[in-house]
Amino acid sequence: MIRLRPGHLATILAVLVGIFMLMPLLAVVPVSFTPKRFLSVPTDELSLRHYRTLYEDREWFEGIWLSLRVGLLSAGFATALATFFSMGIWMFRPRFAGLLMGIALLPMVAPPVVSALTLYFFLITLTKINGVFAYDTMLGVALAHSVMIVPFAVVLVSVSLAQVDRRMDLAARAMGASLATRVFKVILPNIKFGVIASFFLTFVLSWEEIAVTIFITSVEAVTLPRLMWQGLRDNIDPAIAAISVVLIVIVATVVIGRAAVAAIRAR
Amino acid sequence: MTRIIRPLFLLAPLLAFLAVAYVLPFAGIIGWSVTIPEPGLQNYSTALSDPLILSVFWRTLRICAIVTVISVVMGYILSLLWVRGTPLVRMLTELCILIPFWISVLTRAFGWLALLSNRGLLNSWLESLGIISDPLRMVSNEFGVIVGMVHFMIPFAVFPLASSMRTVDERVLLAARGMGASRTRTFWQVFLPMTAAGLMGAALLVFVFAIGFFITPAILGGGRSVMVAELIYLRIFQSPDWGLAAAVSVILMVAISSLLALLLRQLSPKSVR
Repeated sequence: MIRLRPGHLATILAVLVGIFMLMPLLAVVPVSFTPKRFLSVPTDELSLRHYRTLYEDREWFEGIWLSLRVGLLSAGFATALATFFSMGIWMFRPRFAGLLMGIALLPMVAPPVVSALTLYFFLITLTKINGVFAYDTMLGVALAHSVMIVPFAVVLVSVSLAQVDRRMDLAARAMGASLATRVFKVILPNIKFGVIASFFLTFVLSWEEIAVTIFITSVEAVTLPRLMWQGLRDNIDPAIAAISVVLIVIVATVVIGRAAVAAIRAR
Repeated sequence: MTRIIRPLFLLAPLLAFLAVAYVLPFAGIIGWSVTIPEPGLQNYSTALSDPLILSVFWRTLRICAIVTVISVVMGYILSLLWVRGTPLVRMLTELCILIPFWISVLTRAFGWLALLSNRGLLNSWLESLGIISDPLRMVSNEFGVIVGMVHFMIPFAVFPLASSMRTVDERVLLAARGMGASRTRTFWQVFLPMTAAGLMGAALLVFVFAIGFFITPAILGGGRSVMVAELIYLRIFQSPDWGLAAAVSVILMVAISSLLALLLRQLSPKSVR
């Protein structure tokens, strides 16, 4: 029970920080309605032309579609790998568990730009052997994203495994269950929410991945963030404001919706 | 024999994947750093002696230090209300933390452009109010980079800070108040020291994240205040010098690993007690 609440000074400062956190998200809204072709604040008329661009321009549709496919592929692949790996660590507690875990988490802790350069090296090497899993292709991007997101899946699945009662697995083993039965019939049903959560998180991470994507794509595999990056680098395209508003509205709806549900349940 | 083989069914796919797609290519990067353009360690000696590159390293450290201090202080204030506010305050604070957290780094950097650039919201308002005649320059410089990075890092500072604040025993604070300490004194002499481990953890985490950071400085710095991550990008794609870019990456990796080792020791059970 908390009895000492933060005082006035702390509250005022926190309000300022809160405004700081939300300010840039609100700032994109007026900019997205500008009638001009460059970044500006509309003064006398509002226009929906940049939203129409998103809707009509094939480029944006293709970026979104590619990002969706890459996200689903890499999230599925990474979650599957991570689920088996975490189960292996949990069931067998191998001697070098700490070291193995460290390797699995490496892409998460390494600086993004180093991972980007590493994956660039990986994909241009692969390009010499084949044209499918290659630089600037959808499957190449999905492979690289899988590397970047697999550590997060390992963390989430391991956390949910930590709450499973080990004796259940021991009982199944004592009764002669095979490895496959233990994995799929005993443990998996107990961690399914962790697995689903990890699929969702890794999808979001791939959906918005940009640091690595810049290094491994050029003109063919243009994901949504890559498209936004191009629009931000050259001269700032207000269509970025329109897509930003759309993305912010989606995130805000989900986060506020969750908070509202939690608040109602707490009553 | 089965004791070794059976775990491998589960462990091997991920380990093999990361070995092929990450560990080996990183070895390849180390290879680049000592073979391009010719075998030898000259890339490392250039990276550690060239004044231009040293100035980039120095700027990176300076910006990251500033960003760390500001984000941790702002994050501390936010965490305080997130952990100790009334339920309504807690919910509102949570929205201020989680909504930006889930929004992509590009959108957030663009938001700062919309707010701070020459034709952005702030300059338009100030001009229409007649306070300024020429737009204030707030992006394409270090100010813009720092603002954008602080905004990105605050949630990462908040999570460790909030978890260390949740472990503070309410009775200790009440005891301090009961013995006559003022609210201010209770905060500075009791609450703050009890969350010091969280502060250190948050600072290290933010610093480590900030050093390898690439997108926000590239967008809000406008190529004028290049940090080390952007330097690597430029040396691969704009003025190619792959050997040097590889050497800088290896140096960066070593530096971050050492910092992370420190972070792990900081977060180990002994220091948390």
